[in-house]
Amino acid sequence: MCLAIPGKVVELKNEDDEVARCGTVDFQGNRVEVSLALVPDAKLGSWVLVHAGYALERLDEKDALETWEWLKEAKIVDEIPEELSPS
Amino acid sequence: MSHESANATLALAEEIHQQTTHMGSTRIMEVCGTHTVSLFRSGVKSMLPENVRLISGPGCPVCVTAQGYIDAASELCSKKGVTIATYGDMVRVPGRGGSLAEARARGGNVKVVYSARDAVEHASTHPEETVVFLAVGFETTAPATALAVLEAEARGLENFLILPGHKLVIPAMEALLAGEEVPLDGFLCPGHVSVIIGSEAYRPIVADHHRSCVVTGFEPKNMLQGLLRLLQILSGSEPELDNVYSVAVRPKGNTQALSIIERVFKLDDATWRAMGVIPKSGLALRETYARFDALKRFDGLDVNDDYDPPGCRCGEVIQGKVEPADCALFGASCTPMKPVGPCMVSSEGTCAAWYKYGRR
Repeated sequence: MCLAIPGKVVELKNEDDEVARCGTVDFQGNRVEVSLALVPDAKLGSWVLVHAGYALERLDEKDALETWEWLKEAKIVDEIPEELSPS
Repeated sequence: MSHESANATLALAEEIHQQTTHMGSTRIMEVCGTHTVSLFRSGVKSMLPENVRLISGPGCPVCVTAQGYIDAASELCSKKGVTIATYGDMVRVPGRGGSLAEARARGGNVKVVYSARDAVEHASTHPEETVVFLAVGFETTAPATALAVLEAEARGLENFLILPGHKLVIPAMEALLAGEEVPLDGFLCPGHVSVIIGSEAYRPIVADHHRSCVVTGFEPKNMLQGLLRLLQILSGSEPELDNVYSVAVRPKGNTQALSIIERVFKLDDATWRAMGVIPKSGLALRETYARFDALKRFDGLDVNDDYDPPGCRCGEVIQGKVEPADCALFGASCTPMKPVGPCMVSSEGTCAAWYKYGRR
């Protein structure tokens, strides 16, 4: 329940609304709407760590890609929610 | 695993063996259920020297939830017009009147959601239903629930409620140490809880309880780095706090998330499975948001009732007092297909991890 997955912000919505701030996040090809309310400094192109539909923190691209390498190698991608699986 | 990362992992395991050659028996608790599973499946657990013992802690949200909470949810979903919205892990936990899955089979309304946002959306598109979101989990999911409440308020939804059940990691660690029943030398602290609360949150464990803490992520290399760092600290004379997952965990955590939790919730005493009431270890809605509280909307719910199913030792397993194999039901009448207790239900439960990945 506590594993967060990195994705890249490709679209911002409701940018000026503290609560409803959200965006489209790309998870290796699969695009999902995610709340960005907890990462007010996330911009277009930022990498974020997402858990249950909410971005929890920003991440450097290098670290995000390393995490994806592990998720794929260890076949954890098979177990993460369908929404976040690579397409 | 690529050659590069396999080599790095082996080199770290070798360093751990060298580090522990002259150390006595060391007992380390991994607090987080996601760590438990990741330690098993990556093989890290089997790479460790005999004198390093890893003990699983109270870090699986479903497992630490008191039975009364499950029973209250079952009772609610059988009420006319009420829909329970929940993370998937909760639906198979057996309660007195069966699990939520069984309640659903009898006609109860249970909707599995991936996110608290989905529960708000469901309430918005189904105004005829009263949607009760099961607000369980540690600090990783608490900000999501807080935002869901704020979103329901902003959208003027009268039919979105939560059943408060969030728990906090640090008070549980302190309660375990105060109980003095499980000797522990140090903690491997949960990566994604720490993204929210920050590495400095563990300072009282080090300063007041004299146990070392290392915040660690979930990749095998990072878990080994965390274990090595913890063992290095333990071979010294003073307890220390360190963070080997600084790519995501800041010292003060995510301050925006913490302020949103603070806005919606206040600290409250909470009942943990088998651990009883731990003071200020849970989150209750502030008065301003009382109208979103299912406990206030519906009478007679007792989320603090707690009991173990007959013969089940989950309560001792989550506190590290016994290992799954010490339970007579483990692997016999209690399996992932037909679980008796929550630790066998949740994919992050200690019993489920032991069953799936072996017994060491």
